[in-house]
Amino acid sequence: MTTPTLAPAPGSAPRLRMVRSHALLEARLLARNGEQLLLALVIPVLLLVGGAESGGVVDLGDGRRIDILTPGVLALAVLSTSFTSLAIATGFERRYGVLKRLGATPLPRSGLLLGKVGALLLVEAVQVALIATVGLILGWQPSPGISGTAWTLALIVAGTAAFAGLAMLMAGTLRAEATLAAANLLYVVLLLGGAVLVPLSSYPERIRPLLELLPSTALAEGLRAALDGQAVDPTHLVVLGAWAVGAGLLAGRFFRWE
Amino acid sequence: MVSALAVQVTDLVMRYGGTTAVDCLSLGVEAGRITAILGPNGAGKTTTIETCEGYRTPQSGVVRVLGLDPARDRAALVPRIGVMLQSGGAWSAVRADELLRYVASLYANPLPVETLVERLGLASCGRTPYRRLSGGQQQRLALATALVGRPELVFLDEPTAGLDPQTRHATWDLVIELARDGVTVVLTTHYIEEAERLADQVHVLDHGRVLASGSPSQLMASSTADSIRFRAPAGLDVAGLGAALPTGFSVVVEAVGQYRVTGPVSPQVLASVTAWCAQQGLLADQLSVNRHSLEDVFLELTGRDLRA
Repeated sequence: MTTPTLAPAPGSAPRLRMVRSHALLEARLLARNGEQLLLALVIPVLLLVGGAESGGVVDLGDGRRIDILTPGVLALAVLSTSFTSLAIATGFERRYGVLKRLGATPLPRSGLLLGKVGALLLVEAVQVALIATVGLILGWQPSPGISGTAWTLALIVAGTAAFAGLAMLMAGTLRAEATLAAANLLYVVLLLGGAVLVPLSSYPERIRPLLELLPSTALAEGLRAALDGQAVDPTHLVVLGAWAVGAGLLAGRFFRWE
Repeated sequence: MVSALAVQVTDLVMRYGGTTAVDCLSLGVEAGRITAILGPNGAGKTTTIETCEGYRTPQSGVVRVLGLDPARDRAALVPRIGVMLQSGGAWSAVRADELLRYVASLYANPLPVETLVERLGLASCGRTPYRRLSGGQQQRLALATALVGRPELVFLDEPTAGLDPQTRHATWDLVIELARDGVTVVLTTHYIEEAERLADQVHVLDHGRVLASGSPSQLMASSTADSIRFRAPAGLDVAGLGAALPTGFSVVVEAVGQYRVTGPVSPQVLASVTAWCAQQGLLADQLSVNRHSLEDVFLELTGRDLRA
């Protein structure tokens, strides 16, 4: 066998291979990042265990605490990955010229975005598996049925799209440091004020119509109903869809790659 | 008609705000050769090369790379070119071998990653995150990612800036090998030695224009002023020596006791200088005949002002 030469042999890899390769790399990078891991797994699990065992420090409304809490923690996991993690990671990709450099490779922008979606779904699958397991150990009794399972999947996908759109809008227009700060701030604001862990029914009645328009409320309320075997208000999906389309269009319009 | 030029830039104009970065610039790059774009900081090198890479759309003028419009035909062009940016371009937590394997996976027939890692001395930093690599290692990794897709044309933006001598030589060897294997190389540099050693063709840029183009030897030959330098006691009769030489020569005091005769040096002129010194009873010490270097040409063309 001869020594490999540098002779030209240009060409792109098949599109699917590029997307898969990008998704796996991003997921690996996320798993290696301590802060992101904290946000993706440690905080949700701590809140789940703490919330279930604290016995009524915070009023979660009627029903078994663990059954109310687990869907909320699942919604929080989606929020942390598809919004906070994605925004911060993408902001720094812009800052460090990663997006610029990738622009000179055969990976098209659509492939880059699909790769990011793939990474998000991979990480979310791990989050859902872990949180569901911990929830079940703590006595969670989900009863979604077929329709509730379908709703759960649809809500998670729509929620991911809505949050990812917002994350890209933020990462593509603000400086990396500003994105870092704002993404963490919004995470906390939505966690406390966006009906994520505490059901909407526990909020003052006056502000509920406003909260219902938030993507966090739509996702968490929808999941609580779906996983409990209740009828899901289709408005939740409409709200998430509207956020996804709106943020997506704005991000597409204003995202700066360099 | 297919152009024999791998890159053709015609009357390119790029302005940012009030400044003109590239001012009606035209240059060509022959396929299979090494072309250096040489110029001081702020000369417009990076703007020019990034327009060729498709990052910027020409405000005026035409750019063709491998016969394609780099901005419009980007998707068709990118698989065929390799790009090394001046800085950045990697995730801070990515490992060197991981990044290289990832970039390789985007191409149809990538080079074996191990070969590149070995060639560029990156084997020791395989598992180190990018942010903890030294500047030189980051640069070699960037070069490796530019080459791994087996491009027919590579753009290297200051590939050896800030490298230690060993690494610089290793990089030069690789660039020469690339050209030998049929890859067209375009590199920007402000190191004259780099252009002189590597380039088949040099374009000297300043203020967004091409000041001169040619092979290093052509550029050096185009300049008339060679020189003779020597040491002699202070207070030499400079005017007297000048009078003893044919017209077209100048004699200047470079430093105390250090003299320079500038002009088209011939054996006769050299003999005249030493004869004149002998007449004066002086020993012309440390005498040297200086061929014009590319550096002299460069400074002659771009001036001696300090740049930002």
